[in-house]
Amino acid sequence: MLSTDTDILTTAEAWRRGGRAVALATVIETWGSAPRPVGSHLVVDGDGNFLGSVSGGCVEGDVITEAADVIEAGTPRVLEFGVADETAWRAGLSCGGRIRVFVERID
Amino acid sequence: MRAEILERLNAERAARRAAILVTRIPDGHQRLVREAEVDGDPLADVLRPRFASARSGLVETPEGQAFLTVQVPPVRLVVVGAVHISQAMATMAGALDLALTVIDPRTAFATPERFPGIDLVAEWPDAAFAGPVPPLDRYCALAALTHDPKIDDPALAAALRAGCFYVGALGSRKTHAARVARLTQAGFGEAEIARIHAPIGLPLGAVSPAEIGLAILAEIIAELRRAPKPEAA
Repeated sequence: MLSTDTDILTTAEAWRRGGRAVALATVIETWGSAPRPVGSHLVVDGDGNFLGSVSGGCVEGDVITEAADVIEAGTPRVLEFGVADETAWRAGLSCGGRIRVFVERID
Repeated sequence: MRAEILERLNAERAARRAAILVTRIPDGHQRLVREAEVDGDPLADVLRPRFASARSGLVETPEGQAFLTVQVPPVRLVVVGAVHISQAMATMAGALDLALTVIDPRTAFATPERFPGIDLVAEWPDAAFAGPVPPLDRYCALAALTHDPKIDDPALAAALRAGCFYVGALGSRKTHAARVARLTQAGFGEAEIARIHAPIGLPLGAVSPAEIGLAILAEIIAELRRAPKPEAA
């Protein structure tokens, strides 16, 4: 199923109501050619099920991993992803853009 | 985010009211500002243009950097005419997050068999907008596709009055010239009438009903995304 912003936020609410641990990732800043615009969401549950996207599929894996930590710790964090050949990050954006992603737990 | 804030955000969206979620980046503190309450807000001058542009983004505030998640109502698409092109549009609208309503008083056209699962209203446009179809607003697109002035004209008039962000009408240039004359007669000004996209749809050279439907939807998206840009990010 293709997910829209409406689906993603209502899914976040439904998952939380259903008792699942849930984190929400939001693209807060982009530079250069970024695949998803500022404000795009991805929702993740405690088992790594997710809906939505923050990139063209390049960094979602890392966001989901970080989301598990955020669910554990409860404190939000800001992730930054740059181009793929930057060694500072495991994942990168092959398009050459940079993005910042805010990840928070739904309490 | 507190679950209660997420619930309110979703409730505002469902009620077709604009709202902005303000998230302080340094500590994650959040609050929701509804459009009706913006005037009393300490960030009113920052938030007001965001409601207009519908763009989310980072801003500097006295309390540090904040992210504004700008949520405007989901776009509704009202198609007048339960015709072949509308059937094709019905299969594409959902994927584009466009909530579709099809209106056609001709009961031979407006049948659930032809539009499975689609919000279908077998009424004249004026009766539809007075009853089962929620009032048009600036977050609505309207496409008039019946070719019949008795059905298309009242719908176009309603869309222009409501300030729909997109108004389109099927028909040749000649048909449209006659339509312009009728709407002028009805008291609409030149600038208002010029808001009608006619001939309808981006010029793709579309031939089949699905291709014409795609051209119309593409034109709607182009209009939707033409919103004024906020300060460069």
